[in-house]
Amino acid sequence: MFEFIADQRAAIAAVFILTLLLAFGVSIYIGRKEYRKNGQDQVFGDPERTKGGWYWSLCGVSALLLIWFYFSWGVARAYFPNAANELCQIAKLDEALSPIRAVLPIGSRSYQSTLLVARNGAQIEALRDSMPKQAFSRDEQQVLELVIDDVQSLLGLSSDPDQQSPEVAAQIELLSQELRAIAIALDAGPSAVEPSAEALAQPKWGATYTEIPLLPVTARGILFDQLSQDAALLSDRFVTLKNIPPAYATRIPLITQKIEALSAATKAQQFSDADVEARKDYIKSLDRIFNRLDDGSIFPAGSFAPLMKVFQELARAQAHAKGSLKVIDALFVPGAGVVKSRTQCSEQGSGRWLPKPMDVVVTFAELADPDVEDGGGFKGTPLLWWKWLPIADVVAFVIPDALADLWAGEYARHGVDGKVQENTKDRLLALAQGDIDLGSVPALDGHLWDSLFRVLVAMGLGILCGVPVGIYMGVSQFIKGVLDPVVELYRPVPPLAWAPLILTIFGIQDDGKIFLLFMVAFAIMVISARTGAAGTQLSKIRASHSLGASNRQILLHVILPNALPEILTGVRIAIGVCWGTLVAAEMLAGTTGIGFIENVARTVSDYELIWVTILIMGILGLAFDLIMRWVIQKTIPWRGKG
Amino acid sequence: MADLTCKDLSMTYRNPQTGAEVHALKDINFTLKKGELLAVLGPSGCGKTTLLNMVAGFLKPTAGEMILGDRLINGPGVERGMVFQQGALFEWQSVKKNVDFGLRMKKTKAVEAADLVEKWLDIVGLQGFGETPTYQLSGGMQQRVALARCLVNDPDVILMDEPLGALDALTREKMQSLILELWKETGKTIIIITHSVEEALLLGERLFVMAPRPGRIHKEYHLPFAERGLSEPLRAIRQDKDFTKVREEILTMIWNMEEEIMGRV
Repeated sequence: MFEFIADQRAAIAAVFILTLLLAFGVSIYIGRKEYRKNGQDQVFGDPERTKGGWYWSLCGVSALLLIWFYFSWGVARAYFPNAANELCQIAKLDEALSPIRAVLPIGSRSYQSTLLVARNGAQIEALRDSMPKQAFSRDEQQVLELVIDDVQSLLGLSSDPDQQSPEVAAQIELLSQELRAIAIALDAGPSAVEPSAEALAQPKWGATYTEIPLLPVTARGILFDQLSQDAALLSDRFVTLKNIPPAYATRIPLITQKIEALSAATKAQQFSDADVEARKDYIKSLDRIFNRLDDGSIFPAGSFAPLMKVFQELARAQAHAKGSLKVIDALFVPGAGVVKSRTQCSEQGSGRWLPKPMDVVVTFAELADPDVEDGGGFKGTPLLWWKWLPIADVVAFVIPDALADLWAGEYARHGVDGKVQENTKDRLLALAQGDIDLGSVPALDGHLWDSLFRVLVAMGLGILCGVPVGIYMGVSQFIKGVLDPVVELYRPVPPLAWAPLILTIFGIQDDGKIFLLFMVAFAIMVISARTGAAGTQLSKIRASHSLGASNRQILLHVILPNALPEILTGVRIAIGVCWGTLVAAEMLAGTTGIGFIENVARTVSDYELIWVTILIMGILGLAFDLIMRWVIQKTIPWRGKG
Repeated sequence: MADLTCKDLSMTYRNPQTGAEVHALKDINFTLKKGELLAVLGPSGCGKTTLLNMVAGFLKPTAGEMILGDRLINGPGVERGMVFQQGALFEWQSVKKNVDFGLRMKKTKAVEAADLVEKWLDIVGLQGFGETPTYQLSGGMQQRVALARCLVNDPDVILMDEPLGALDALTREKMQSLILELWKETGKTIIIITHSVEEALLLGERLFVMAPRPGRIHKEYHLPFAERGLSEPLRAIRQDKDFTKVREEILTMIWNMEEEIMGRV
């Protein structure tokens, strides 16, 4: 099925784009028509104006999808499947030339040599100013000044074209000529060479979310690929090139000698510990700068002029050789384009972190596939499916082992015949530990169900405990006084700040997460039930007293229904906060759940999967809210009308 | 015999900051015979609502006692029904459920309760509205529900705290007639608190004009208009010379009290 998608990519993309463009256009048309019909007779600021308007939602969604499709390189992938392969070959040439380019003011503002001179010069000056005078004798100080002068003079020697050895200049000239040959080859254009069988066998870009194929499959690609191999050899030669002026031969041993003498003096003479430290540090710093300057990486500014010239030619030739690919690159490959790094070519920018819509669908389909054996689901667990749940497990979860301990009598002991006769107490323990087969019931299973289960259980417990506590806090000074500090103190702490503690105490699986979410839900339910209960009109309470209601009846028949709108609003808020907290807690620790999937996807940079999990979370969060809105509408139609 | 007697009723509030004492009510004495209709009138702050809340049992007097029949009043009870200005209905329930609230609390048999509710909805003119949610009713209808809810419990005394205060003039007049009808048919003792002099004159068989600082009964009237209102149209009574004379007298009285409060005299 996915192969079908890959093969029909162009057609699918056409349908996709045309549908969206049509939806975009039609929605704007309808929107404008509606506006003309009843837009003018409405006053600005009237909230009634915001009602309805599905067509603007359609307009927004279709625009968003189009932007998504474009920025995920969907067009390029559907209609120019070989473009990425060609761009990859160009990226190979760029990569091959990058060592040479790095020393030239291309992409950076100045020659690498200029930067080195400036940085080393500044460090030498700083060294001169920071000489620890108390640690060196007057004579030594003079020697040091001389050494620093000598080191500084190395900068001058390596920057002076007259001091440069003629061999180096000749080498640079030779390299330039060979590079020019590459430019000429680019200008000449591709020759009719067939791509290798190996290249043709590569998986296609866009088949699913495979990387861009590395071997060239087009004539233009083959040209770039071959030239990049030539360029790589040139680069290798270039990096071995050193500018060691002949004058270095006399100057360097002299400096080495003086520095060594100073080091020897430190060892031979008696200095205080502090002075020994200071001398050692200073001489070491001096030595470090000196060693850096004698490796010949500074060249005179003018010596690279031929290289600069040939690089300009190369850029022009490369642009020429790209031909029509330039247009595709500029129009349909937004972002940083294709970049080659060592072993692979990859999309950069939005093409990398914004997956193609179809890849997201495919990833979702694979994730939702319940056939775990066949690579469906995630890490051996389906997304949402069902399984046979042994009833014994549920029973064991509900009945604590301690109940068996409390049962009258003793656990059986082994008799003289070397056998154990089970008694009732033993059988009760087996039941509490889930060791007795009670058959199975079908139950939901999967990452999504695990997440939902945690939220639902925590919400249920939160409502069951929070609402009565909140109601009593709303009517009783004692309960309010006792519980208020506790709830108000832990409630403002972000739930995730509790997570390390709670997960340590209750474990990283369901228990810990449910308790964490319970804390969140409980606080919100307490606050909302309390607000609702405290907001009951005094006259209603008095009326029910006069009608003969007892305190309990008033709580149940007046205060509770009166607080219901607040309670349901609380549930709506709590379910949202719980969902957010759960996902974050699952990312923190655990082995199942939708947040766990995203966390693993993050570590392997699986952007498609990250987007799928984000979309699932968003849709589920929205679903929760819609359900709650519906429930609120159905259960408390009197809201705000009392 | 279910007469209501108030003896030396006083209510003193203490301002927690200044410690100053405010006499909301001082030495109120009166006896209301069964079946009497008492209207209480007075400027703001004269303690009318405090008096009513004490009779209802919502407030405890600082001194004195109230006796209904042979029982001392101590806390709210079903024998004293209350009707509030805004109805104080339970908006989450239908008209029927509101009316049978008291019966449900007493755990009356459902069949019996349903009959009673039907009967009272009929009397207050809400037949057919049983299943309507109360938040969909108009202000006048809500007050009818409040009346029915109170009467279904068969209280000895009905206390009304400005029951018609929030209604428009036309509805108000209809409701006044309804109150008089209910009074006649049920023979209940009724205390009605009002801001409107006309309403007090029309409804009050007896009328207390109260004065503030300390809250006390300034003057008591025995009036014939409520009795007449049972047979004559209320609008005709309003035009009556006797009616206008008393009205002007009381208006002047209250006007002077207000002036005194403002410190103009």
